[in-house]
Amino acid sequence: MVETSSGTAVVTLPTDTQILIEREFNAPRHLVYKAYTTPDLIKRWWSGDRGEVTLAEVDLRVGGRWRYVMEANGGFEVGFHGEYREVVPNERLVTTEVYEGMPEGEAVVTHTFSEKDGRTALTILMQLPSQADRDAVINSGMEGGMQEAMDHLEQVAVSLH
Amino acid sequence: MNDLVRLIGLAQPLVSKHLRVLREVGLVGVRDEGRQRMYSVNGQSLKPIHDWVKTYERSWSKRFDRLDVVLEELKEMKEDDRGRDE
Repeated sequence: MVETSSGTAVVTLPTDTQILIEREFNAPRHLVYKAYTTPDLIKRWWSGDRGEVTLAEVDLRVGGRWRYVMEANGGFEVGFHGEYREVVPNERLVTTEVYEGMPEGEAVVTHTFSEKDGRTALTILMQLPSQADRDAVINSGMEGGMQEAMDHLEQVAVSLH
Repeated sequence: MNDLVRLIGLAQPLVSKHLRVLREVGLVGVRDEGRQRMYSVNGQSLKPIHDWVKTYERSWSKRFDRLDVVLEELKEMKEDDRGRDE
């Protein structure tokens, strides 16, 4: 039996304009990189429990564009896009990232994949243009959480009918 | 205070300045003991920040839980296709 549980994501705020996300995976890094950069695989995980990915476009080369669209549980569409700035297969990806609902707050996101004993440590460093933009990203989790809470409330309300 | 200066490795005026800001927002408490000032961390006032980040962190955890499932499949595929894949 292979151990699948690799713990939870750890989010810290190194500076006023940064977000650092860290997580370990029980898989070699070329597979983590593959899951991160292959459209059909991205579609399977990127939305988490927020909804379903309806579009994943990846032009994996420096200057190439990416775009993901998710249909969120509330029925609305959420789009993100950006450009690849550095592509070092299985090691490092630097991209820009724009949440299409807030196009002025473009982030520069550095993904680092490092492998040890068949496990992969992934770090994602998001650099935002301002503290307000950084806070808006963190708040988006809050809004998503609120949305999920409302959905659950709705389910409960419906079940009580 | 002397302990903090030694541990942090910054100049004492700078440490004092940081502590004053932290005290003003209620993150640390202070009391005088003779000639020493004793500072303490007030964990409760950090809780709103912790909660704020936690919700965002949770959305990443959910995302990565699904990624774990994809990775398990990729590992199995690789074992099945040994020699052909990669």
